[in-house]
Amino acid sequence: MKRTLSYLFIGMFFGIVMYKSEAASWFRIYEMFQFQSFHMYGIIGSALVIGIIGVQLIKKNNIKSFYGEPIRFIPKERGFTRYIAGGIIFGLGWALAGSCPGPIYTLIGAGYVSIIIVLIGAILGTFLYGLLQKKLPH
Amino acid sequence: MEWIFEPWPWYVAGPLIALIMFLLIFVGKQFGMSSNLRTFCTMCGADKTADFFNFDWKAQRWNLVVVLGAGLGGFIGAHYLSNDVAVAINPDTISTLKVLGFNSAGSAYLPDELFSLEALTSVKSLSLLLIGGLLIGFGARYAGGCTSGHAISGLSNLQLPSLIAVVGFFIGGLFMIHVLFPLIF
Repeated sequence: MKRTLSYLFIGMFFGIVMYKSEAASWFRIYEMFQFQSFHMYGIIGSALVIGIIGVQLIKKNNIKSFYGEPIRFIPKERGFTRYIAGGIIFGLGWALAGSCPGPIYTLIGAGYVSIIIVLIGAILGTFLYGLLQKKLPH
Repeated sequence: MEWIFEPWPWYVAGPLIALIMFLLIFVGKQFGMSSNLRTFCTMCGADKTADFFNFDWKAQRWNLVVVLGAGLGGFIGAHYLSNDVAVAINPDTISTLKVLGFNSAGSAYLPDELFSLEALTSVKSLSLLLIGGLLIGFGARYAGGCTSGHAISGLSNLQLPSLIAVVGFFIGGLFMIHVLFPLIF
């Protein structure tokens, strides 16, 4: 129960940050791909700098989780085709719908009903990938 | 405290996103949002049609709670922490968007032309939202992650596959906005 509440609070915190930073705004995504503002690059860039330093510190010092368990970072499988092809397809959708899979929920909560169509599309797209997975180059 | 009702600058939001990733790491989980879409498929019975969906979705319930929270956070952010929905994008971006027919640029959070309730009655905007979603869902699973899983978590862990995926995100996004948008809108 306590753990479930912690996930809920982390999610709420994430939703508030996504909404208030306007990273959930279609307009910010469009502006980013036009290279007309530093805003989105600043968000991703500063998160990354802190992220890289923090992950290195956790690894070097074998820092444990809040529950005393070792923290494991699962490396991504090696490969090229799936990452570049999947990445391009994702990017096309990200720019068109102006939203990535996290902010979709934030926007529903904020009251934008039509984003549910994007969510339905995303679930269908995931289903389609599952059906075609074995036929696709990875 | 007035600043809290204004849009949050990048140097506040970026570090907070890193903090969210670390909070998830410290409760023994990972920051990755798109995997929930696979969980939804399995919950709806997709495990009977493809092996990809044959996994213990109950082990992913924590992440469903995270996105439930992300929805509540959106509600709180929009209703209690904001005075104005307008997103102050670059004036040059606003003029470019107005030429494409996005008259709500500079005065809304999402473009009315795609997301308003009236737009839902148009076959064009409805199809664009659905296609956008399809590409997001398909691409995220094909690439094994989205903005959170690759651009934040993966790159923080210096993963080359994540860098390739992020380069892909930008190729796709730039192509959509610079090549396809003038044809679509």
